[in-house]
Amino acid sequence: MLRSFLTRTRGRGRLDLTDWLTFGYLALAVVLMFGPVAWMALSSFKTESALQEYPPSLLPLAPIHVEVEGYEEPLQLFRVTGGEHEGKLLAQVRRIGLMSQMVDPQNPGERLQVNINDRVPEREFALAVENYSALFERFNFALYFWNSVFITVIATVITILFNSMAAFALSKYRFRGRTFVFILIIATLMIPPTINLVPIYLVVSELGMVNSPWGVIWPAVATPTGVFLLRQYMLTIPDDLLDAARMDHASEWRVYWRIVLPLSAPALAVLVIFSVMWRWNDFLWPLIVLTRSEQFTLQLALNSFQGDLQTSWSNLLAMTVLTLLPITIVFAFLQKYITTGIAQSGVK
Amino acid sequence: MLAPVTTAASYLYRAAFELFERPMLAIQKMTGAQKIAWVFLLPNLLIFGLFTFLPIFLNFFYATSGSDRILLSERPYVGLENFSSLLACENYLDPNSCQRDIFWRAVHNTSWFVVLQVGFMILFSLVTALVLNRNIPLRGFFRSVFFYPVLLSPVVVALIWKWVLQRYGVLNAGLEAQGLPIVNWLVEADWAFFWIVFVSIWAHMGFYTLILLAGLQAIPADVYEAAEMDGASKWRVFSKITMPLLMPTMVVVLVLSLIRAVQAFDEIFVLTGGGPGSATLLLLQFIYETGFAFRPQLYGLAAAASLLMAAVLMVLTLLQLRAARGRGED
Repeated sequence: MLRSFLTRTRGRGRLDLTDWLTFGYLALAVVLMFGPVAWMALSSFKTESALQEYPPSLLPLAPIHVEVEGYEEPLQLFRVTGGEHEGKLLAQVRRIGLMSQMVDPQNPGERLQVNINDRVPEREFALAVENYSALFERFNFALYFWNSVFITVIATVITILFNSMAAFALSKYRFRGRTFVFILIIATLMIPPTINLVPIYLVVSELGMVNSPWGVIWPAVATPTGVFLLRQYMLTIPDDLLDAARMDHASEWRVYWRIVLPLSAPALAVLVIFSVMWRWNDFLWPLIVLTRSEQFTLQLALNSFQGDLQTSWSNLLAMTVLTLLPITIVFAFLQKYITTGIAQSGVK
Repeated sequence: MLAPVTTAASYLYRAAFELFERPMLAIQKMTGAQKIAWVFLLPNLLIFGLFTFLPIFLNFFYATSGSDRILLSERPYVGLENFSSLLACENYLDPNSCQRDIFWRAVHNTSWFVVLQVGFMILFSLVTALVLNRNIPLRGFFRSVFFYPVLLSPVVVALIWKWVLQRYGVLNAGLEAQGLPIVNWLVEADWAFFWIVFVSIWAHMGFYTLILLAGLQAIPADVYEAAEMDGASKWRVFSKITMPLLMPTMVVVLVLSLIRAVQAFDEIFVLTGGGPGSATLLLLQFIYETGFAFRPQLYGLAAAASLLMAAVLMVLTLLQLRAARGRGED
């Protein structure tokens, strides 16, 4: 596999300069694009003291403690790097000033004196899973996670329902003003919410939705992108199919729900993916609407923890990993659909 | 494992149908089978009306009134005072000479950011798309390598890089191991600006790469075969065939990325908070802080600044429409 990878050429039997440049570029890209994420994931399993270390070690390592006969507590293991005991593995009993009292675990009877500069801690690979469990015990992680899930799921369901209804009306009926409404909806693409922050805030606060998840959900559910995407798809569904159902006395609602929606499944799937991504990653609008910490989404909680000096990196990193995990899992399974969906529609 | 989920989903799907069937049938009897289209449109239009169209008008009222009250009836009319205070400047190239020096610093930063971020991002996206368009093994994998960061939330992106760039971070450790000087990346103004540009390219280039790749793959293969038959050099093929045929896609990518860059906020706000000082403060952060984060909340000033930003975006969107029309004619 590696061999065929390295020697594959474009039929000329020899790697030319552009092939080498291509491989070099891609190798660099893998390091640059995945490296920081992988580094953070590795770091999130380090203990707080290991995180303070500089230069940092690649893998999460923890000091080794050993049981030694005659001592109740496990003792920390050191490798001696200088002095008369050089090369030995010793366990530290206690430290007095610059000297450390140590014992050989094989021969616990005899106390040895070692200068603290002549020893380095022995360490082994160990995952500090307590970084993660602390999120649930002390940081209310479950609450923020639930807030994010609630907003994402409800907003996505409403988005799908409202946008597909509008797309159905715009693609399957002929009525006066249809083109006007369609252009009006598309025109809202020109008006990103960022330029209307203040008045949207007024509307949301007049509706009593400040500090409520609904204040994040309602302004976001009518997306011009979604209506456009679904309308274009529904135009390809033959009208004969709908007329046949109407002959059988199907109501318009039944035509929409039982025929048009199931046939639009591929386009709906694309919109579901987009909507989940948008809502899960939303930042600025929730930041404005949700000011009480019990309403925070994961993104807001992360942001407020990173500004808070009380929070240690060990917990922050663990929380970051848990926040990117759902999106990463979705991506791993659906990446083909996501990338083709985006390439075809040109939206994000 | 998925069976109970799909069963529950299809049950809910049917239940929702039955829930709405009777009321919708009653409505259909009143409206007839054609006018019911408006009923289907209603929820979406209502949301658009409340949260998009109404706010556009309200924005002008805010921009022309003062005080820190949110209710329009409590706000005194001040005419164009907000605009004139934002635009009062002796020399537009020197933010210190302006009445709202922070605003102008944000304008300056945003202009630089837009030029650098869009310029380099398109360059890298194009190179990447060209590389991925070659007959390379593991193409799908490499495509997702570039695309993965696009899906990450801005807060996560910022924290990932903050962890790498901090004073005792892995980047400085690497530099030190090579015997190179270390830098406190996010504390030195010029470096902080470099990194906000870098990180936002890192986070978004996969999206544009994907669009450019689709554009490249739409170029018919026989054009290349004909060129090869004529013995055209690689550079000639690129400059005379690939680039001209890719131009419409390039224009779309350019305008889309310009519109996004003008509104950049999330990653940068979390990564640097606009600092050090106001070295990485961008326009949207100024609007957010003026209108919401800082007290007193100067809604009028924030609205006026958003309208100025809207004017820029409007110009860019019109460019996009022209570009899209240009593409449609091809």
